[in-house]
Amino acid sequence: MSGDPGSNGRTPRDTPASATSTAKASSPSDDAPTIAEAPPGPAHTAPPPRALPGSGETRRHVLVAIVMNKPGVLNRVSSLMRARNFNIDSLAVSKTDREDTSRMTITLHGDDVAVEQAAKQLYRLIDVLKVQDVTSDPTVEHELAFVKIRATDSNRDEVLRLVELSRGRVVDLADGSVIVEVTGTESEIDTFVSLVRTYGIKELVRTGAVVMARGSGSIEEAIKR
Amino acid sequence: MTMKTDPAKPPGPATAGRRSHVPGDGSAHAAAVERAQKGMLHEARDLKRTRIGADVLCEALLRQGVDVFFSYPGGVILPLYDVLGDYPELRHVLVRHEQGGAHAADGYARVTGTVGVCMGTSGPGATNLVTGIGTAMLDSVPMVAITGNVPSALIGKDAFQEIDINGITLPMTKHNYLVRDADELPRVVAEAFHIARTGRPGPVHIDITKDALQQETRAEHPTHAEVIEGLPGFRPNLEGHGRQLKTAATEIANAKRPVILAGHGVLHAQAWDDLRAFAEKTSIPVAWTLLGIGAMDETHPLAYGYMGMHGWKHVNRAIQSADLLIAIGMRFDDRVTGNVRTYAPYARIVHVDIDPAEIGKNVAVEVPIVGDAKRVLQALTPMVPETKIEERREYLDQLADWKRDSEASSWHGSGAWRDGLLSADYVVERIGELTDHRATYVADVGQNQMWLARYTGFREPNSHVSSGGLGTMGFSVPAAMGAALGRPDRETWAITGDGGFQMTFQELMTLVADDIPVKIALLDNKKLGMIRQWQEIIYAGNYHSASLPGPDFAKLADAFGIPAFRARTPGEVDDAIRAAQAVNGPALIWFEIAEEQNVFPMMPAGKGLSDLIEKWGGADE
Repeated sequence: MSGDPGSNGRTPRDTPASATSTAKASSPSDDAPTIAEAPPGPAHTAPPPRALPGSGETRRHVLVAIVMNKPGVLNRVSSLMRARNFNIDSLAVSKTDREDTSRMTITLHGDDVAVEQAAKQLYRLIDVLKVQDVTSDPTVEHELAFVKIRATDSNRDEVLRLVELSRGRVVDLADGSVIVEVTGTESEIDTFVSLVRTYGIKELVRTGAVVMARGSGSIEEAIKR
Repeated sequence: MTMKTDPAKPPGPATAGRRSHVPGDGSAHAAAVERAQKGMLHEARDLKRTRIGADVLCEALLRQGVDVFFSYPGGVILPLYDVLGDYPELRHVLVRHEQGGAHAADGYARVTGTVGVCMGTSGPGATNLVTGIGTAMLDSVPMVAITGNVPSALIGKDAFQEIDINGITLPMTKHNYLVRDADELPRVVAEAFHIARTGRPGPVHIDITKDALQQETRAEHPTHAEVIEGLPGFRPNLEGHGRQLKTAATEIANAKRPVILAGHGVLHAQAWDDLRAFAEKTSIPVAWTLLGIGAMDETHPLAYGYMGMHGWKHVNRAIQSADLLIAIGMRFDDRVTGNVRTYAPYARIVHVDIDPAEIGKNVAVEVPIVGDAKRVLQALTPMVPETKIEERREYLDQLADWKRDSEASSWHGSGAWRDGLLSADYVVERIGELTDHRATYVADVGQNQMWLARYTGFREPNSHVSSGGLGTMGFSVPAAMGAALGRPDRETWAITGDGGFQMTFQELMTLVADDIPVKIALLDNKKLGMIRQWQEIIYAGNYHSASLPGPDFAKLADAFGIPAFRARTPGEVDDAIRAAQAVNGPALIWFEIAEEQNVFPMMPAGKGLSDLIEKWGGADE
């Protein structure tokens, strides 16, 4: 529709340079990008390529966001993350102590600059009050999971012992299964889940991480109203 | 009579007739808003009937200083049309398609610096606005788009003409609202205008259910302070950070080959005088992006030119050899940088932008400054040492040489391209010349847009209107309609290709019906010119859909009652332009230009600024 075929996502079948072979006369003679015109003066060595923003080294990040408690805010946040190509690993939302605000804990993978960009994009939303990347801060972090485990008369004791050792809690006992509640960090829950997988997992639900920075500082108090 | 500005009249201060988008800044517009707010309180108006949501909407628009809006009626927005007669000071322009209304609001906003307003009904009315809203979003244009929606009780029931327009506009607006209660309207409209015009501007969409428009209400309008208080998450940072400003001043003092890159943000912040003062104190040449055109008078000795994919070769050379780029209110768009790995390899970068998310997004920068272009320039200028032109003589002389070389290329001063066919660059240059470079020039998208940007010669801020980010074909004629109403003191020219023109020419009827004196320069190469150019150069001449048969445009204009003129040779160009200028009202000039002329230089996608293609088919390019 617009006069811009370069954005059609297709690989050009022919570069301008190689198109010269088809009788088109004057055009650049090489395929490689040429080096920029060197400033005058002593001979310059070819400049290194300009660094792209970010290290490219991805790791798990944890963002905490305080947002207005209004309909549609979750949609705005998730829509923005999708549109900007960020992949959310987990997202936990609930009201804070104030009626008018909610708190989101978002975990995602990316390099430092990409995640900083995600945080900045979140700030562009009118309903977002404060965003902090707490990845490198001392924090307490937990998530909660319910695991409905297959448990027969023959192995129920074994399962229950494992639950006890993992500081889990049985919240429902039924014929052929137990529901276990476990809390811990993401990796602690991963470990528990892999341990009980041999018995058979009928259902699994996880809340996603909730995180709070240690110490007396407060993200909510940091909001300028 | 002609609309031509009297050349004997001094140009006057650059801000004359212009409106501010910053409330309370003492400008004429701020004063008008204040007057409106005092005079338009609903108690002052004797309606002799119940005050309903639609009245509140009209009051709220008047309180925001709105004098015109572009709209199209439909079932659920009829309650508004039922009361419009009571608000004669609110001019309603009945467009022929909602997309035209959105572009018109956009054009109005760009030339006035205030918020443009468009409206439509639910369903198709709303979706027709979407292209215009997206255009405004990508170019950060302050706009409020208002749609009606089905009654609240029918929402979610797939009612007639119901669509989730809030869900559709969510990713392409700065913010959006769904209003189901008339009591919320005063707050929502006031917030919408505040958000649209404050910080980095952008479009805001308000969806109002039919029952809310009909609901009786006694809701009061909020004060500006109440609006701000109600938006705790919206506190744009306007002042640059002191330490970063100091670092920037040091970088600037040490730079030997600095270049200023001026973007749309300079115009949004009305910082053209500050930009000139900064450039003059430091003797640093100024280059501009497509949307930064007009930030600097092109006749100024330090005005260097238009950068990027189809920018001037000399400008791209200067950027590629610069040791410092001072980027102000621009976002290092891919059309500006090309391949970022090879972009400005010797340069350190000072990046000033009001949106923190733009800094470090596309290129890594050494000195980030978050702030309003005007305030940052006003703070920075006193901090930098004065550098006389003589002290940069060697550098500026080299740039001047490059400029001489580059300006001679791809320019057809005789008006003739290959075989004497009419050359498009010549046409836009003549339009610039015969309007004294002081009209409003509204581009469409594609080759015409690039010719206009390169050859017209712009002298005034906000005199160039172009869909840069979204690249919306069909933008020119409807946007020019809004631009002409926003700046009636200037002649308004829509410069369009035959492709874009055929997308939205239904608005010719609006020009006639509402007597909007837009002059249309139709550059007809009977092609989708940029498509043809790319297929010729990048797709090895494998043409598909590049030819675009069109109607007899003179007869078409005539059918609408618009005088049409035709030019097929260089010798006919000036006469046609003068004839169109002499028409009291809209006019169209059908320029039948060379069919296969390309815009050069061009930087192929994925390549760098040093990899420009300057010629293709032969010496007559």
